[in-house]
Amino acid sequence: MSETSEDILATAAAWRAAGEEVALATVVQTWGSSPRPPGSRLAMTASGKLAGSVSGGCIEGAVADAAKQTMASGTPQVLDFGVTDERAWEVGLACGGKVKVFVEKLA
Amino acid sequence: MKAELLARLQAAQAAKQPVALVTRLTDGLQLLWPQDEAPAPLVEAARTALQEDAAQNVDYEGAAWFIHPHNPPLRLIIVGAVHIAQALVPMAQPLGFAVTVVDPRRAWATADRFPGITLIHEWTDDAMAALAPDSRTAVVTLTHDPKLDDPALDVSLKSAAFYIGALGSRRTHAKRVARLTEMGHGAEALARIKSPVGLDIEAVTAAEIGLSIIAEIVAVRRGAALGTRARQPVAA
Repeated sequence: MSETSEDILATAAAWRAAGEEVALATVVQTWGSSPRPPGSRLAMTASGKLAGSVSGGCIEGAVADAAKQTMASGTPQVLDFGVTDERAWEVGLACGGKVKVFVEKLA
Repeated sequence: MKAELLARLQAAQAAKQPVALVTRLTDGLQLLWPQDEAPAPLVEAARTALQEDAAQNVDYEGAAWFIHPHNPPLRLIIVGAVHIAQALVPMAQPLGFAVTVVDPRRAWATADRFPGITLIHEWTDDAMAALAPDSRTAVVTLTHDPKLDDPALDVSLKSAAFYIGALGSRRTHAKRVARLTEMGHGAEALARIKSPVGLDIEAVTAAEIGLSIIAEIVAVRRGAALGTRARQPVAA
């Protein structure tokens, strides 16, 4: 399946139209080496569906956890992952870069 | 993001209009430029983002803003509905290219051979003039027939296409360069044509040649050294 930016938005819109709770995560800034550039998107549902990516797979789990909070509260979040962040060790940002991710609910 | 804004963003994409999604990261406030009005510093950043096809981070009135460009897809125009084109199309699509195949030979350019692809059966000069390649367009000629390839290359060389490739051996290309020179193209313009086409991966099969071509297009687009490496001199 191809996952260009357009496809991920279309997938998110289709999920919402089907009555799912949907959140979007977007890479807004990176420092050093990181696998996905600013603008990369991950769409998620409360039921656990995923489309797209914001990293090589190392922070998607933590982003999905934050997205669940955002889906429940409606409040967007800015998440920082990096080697200086304790959470980075937890979720294993093995590339050694830093990445900032914006998480919002599709309301 | 509000569903209404997502719908407008998708409508702009469907209409091939460049738009920037502007987000205040502190509270998620969003607007779409140029459809919505925005303060001058954000408009400036939105313009830059679209021009450079690169997201921007801006501090405005004490808040962080994220400017996310959504340009129309890159275009790949394939001249020649040949076997290599059939291999190239499904590789180009997931890389974000909207693909058009041009071939006046209706037996080749059929919906059976190219499902879901825009097929143009006009003569290649008319077809290319109508398609109007721009700086987000790659053109590759694969017919191996000067009657079809040359007019397409003529139009492409007069355009801002970021990539122009032409299938053919060094000997074939030398003859092609001579013909295009007679049509009035200078050496500098002709040096834009990548031929032999594709990265040198010793490709043999249609799929391998397709891979070498799409890899070269990506390399040129991203400014990789591979995309600009010196070619072997053209044999006389």
